[in-house]
Amino acid sequence: MIHLTAITRVFQMGDQEVRALNGINLEIQPGEYVSIMGPSGSGKSTLLNVVGLLDRPDSGRYKLDGTDVTALSETEQARVRREKIGFVFQSFHLIPRLTAAENIELPLMLEGVDPADRKARVEATLDAFELRDRAHHRPSELSGGQRQRVAIARATILKPTALLADEPTGNLDHRTGAEVVALLEALHHAGTTLIVVTHDRELGARAHRHIAMRDGEIIGDART
Amino acid sequence: MNLRDTLTLSFTTVVSYRTRSVLIVLAMALGVAAVVVLTALGDGARNYVVGQFSSLGTNLIIVLPGRSETSGGFVSAALGQTPRDLTLEDARFVGHLPQVRRLAPLNVGVAELTSGGKLREVTVLGSTAELLPIRHMKLSQGSFLAHGSGRSAQIVLGSELAHEFFPDGKVIGQRIRLGDSRFMVSGVLASQGESMGFNSDEIAIIPIDYAQELFNTSTLFRILVEARSRNAIESAKSAIQHTLKLRHDGEDDVTVITQDAVLATFDRILRALTLGVSGIAAISLAVAGILVMNVMLVAVAQRTSEIGLLKAIGAPAADIRHLFFAEALWLSLAGGAIGFGLGHLGAWLIRLAYPDLPAWPPAWASIAGVATALITGILASLLPAARAARLDPVLALSGK
Ligand SMILES: Nc1ncnc2c1ncn2[C@@H]1O[C@H](COP(=O)(O)OP(=O)(O)O)[C@@H](O)[C@H]1O
Ligand SMILES: [Mg+2]
Repeated sequence: MIHLTAITRVFQMGDQEVRALNGINLEIQPGEYVSIMGPSGSGKSTLLNVVGLLDRPDSGRYKLDGTDVTALSETEQARVRREKIGFVFQSFHLIPRLTAAENIELPLMLEGVDPADRKARVEATLDAFELRDRAHHRPSELSGGQRQRVAIARATILKPTALLADEPTGNLDHRTGAEVVALLEALHHAGTTLIVVTHDRELGARAHRHIAMRDGEIIGDART
Repeated sequence: MNLRDTLTLSFTTVVSYRTRSVLIVLAMALGVAAVVVLTALGDGARNYVVGQFSSLGTNLIIVLPGRSETSGGFVSAALGQTPRDLTLEDARFVGHLPQVRRLAPLNVGVAELTSGGKLREVTVLGSTAELLPIRHMKLSQGSFLAHGSGRSAQIVLGSELAHEFFPDGKVIGQRIRLGDSRFMVSGVLASQGESMGFNSDEIAIIPIDYAQELFNTSTLFRILVEARSRNAIESAKSAIQHTLKLRHDGEDDVTVITQDAVLATFDRILRALTLGVSGIAAISLAVAGILVMNVMLVAVAQRTSEIGLLKAIGAPAADIRHLFFAEALWLSLAGGAIGFGLGHLGAWLIRLAYPDLPAWPPAWASIAGVATALITGILASLLPAARAARLDPVLALSGK
């Protein structure tokens, strides 16, 4: 369903060009569990951002579920992000003013789901992610693990086909990290395509497909 | 995102940045309140002056001796012409004009009023029975100067004088000395207080002939003329000028003022003043607008990662723009509403402190004040909202 052909992304750093992605060809099937590993600056985040439609490649083609999404307008891309992609970040990115429940509700609001329906879905999600007793806490009152659970709940409440996680355990201690990984894997078992960028070999090894990057290129693609 | 969610979400934001919001709302509110209070003051002053003038009489025309400064007084003075005096005879002729309903010749001077060992210097008006209706005066006791009472020694006292000289309240028919002559009190004016810098409670009114004798003059200070109607004022004015010019050997040596003209001038000046001060107040609103813009720009900068996140979870640029609009809308709405309240409170306090001043904010000013607040707020949010919507989500999320 994700089909990248000859994708490049070039950044201008002063008078120097940085090829963050240099001719990436990649195909990911629905329901895969992929890890992307590589040294810092190798282009992992940039690749994830292109896949998640947060960033536009400078050249190359990106087909998502058969449609060429690089040609879509900004508004159409936003809709694709909302409906097909879930993002999980290293630093959670929760809105500090909103409670856990409200943060989780945001995508439903953006999607225009009506309030009664929204409430029921948020309730169900809070239960599924064991956040019921934290529903009305603000992010500052939550532990790191709880924050990431809220972020994952938010990323998946619209049932995206792909969940993109950029170092999801980078800010968590080992035990909480393991809990978050278990959660992501549970979502994968339920059918979601899971793509995880990580530095953590142990976590990387858990995936079923391992992509290695260096200098904007894919230097390894192995399945276990 | 629908309108309701946009408004709710931005309201949450406004409430959670409490200090910032309070400051902006305050700046807005003060601007709006300034517009409301200043226009209330300006309009109140205008209405006060108009009211005071109207209380002088209706359809009033005032004739005074001498050309007004602006129309050749200097020339005639340079030519050695002394303006002819205004006389009772002139008044009689004016009185025959068809446009004139009635008139009262007027002399003013100062004389000593004495009775029962009390003595006081008072302002004396010499006039006729017509003065009462022309000047809208009211009596509290007795009667005014009788018609055709030229030679009967009557005196009408201001309420304060009556009280001072006859504290027991028995005034009518009492004798009192003014200068060297004896008068009989025929009436007492109702207390009116000060009006146009002239306290009618401390004056004495006597027939014009006695006044001219008392002040040893044959000329008049003024002639007060009441035209038949409002429409007759202008034609009465030119008829009076014409008549007096004929009587004064073709010299244009009187000045005829219509109350309407004076009123219109004051009205214009005070209207301009009101507009001027409200304009200045509106500038303070524009300043508040610039403040809103700056604060919103700072908000965009502060919330870049949040904007990036919203984009990452699928918010289109329009939604983000709307969120910032809505935020500015809430701030200026609150500012406008609070300013409206504060302004009306201020106007009320002014009316409480100065009951004579009808300091009611005109409706247009309240509406314009609040509307200006809303419009500046929204205009001020255009740039920040556009900037937020344009943010590159990747950069925004990375906090760069
Ligand atoms: N917005 C940007 N502007 C300039 N250079 C960038 C930008 N984003 C990424 N880069 C550069 O692109 C390269 C790849 O970055 P990134 O994808 O973040 O790597 P990784 O996630 O693997 O650490 C790096 O050299 C980085 O400096
Ligand atoms: Mg990275």
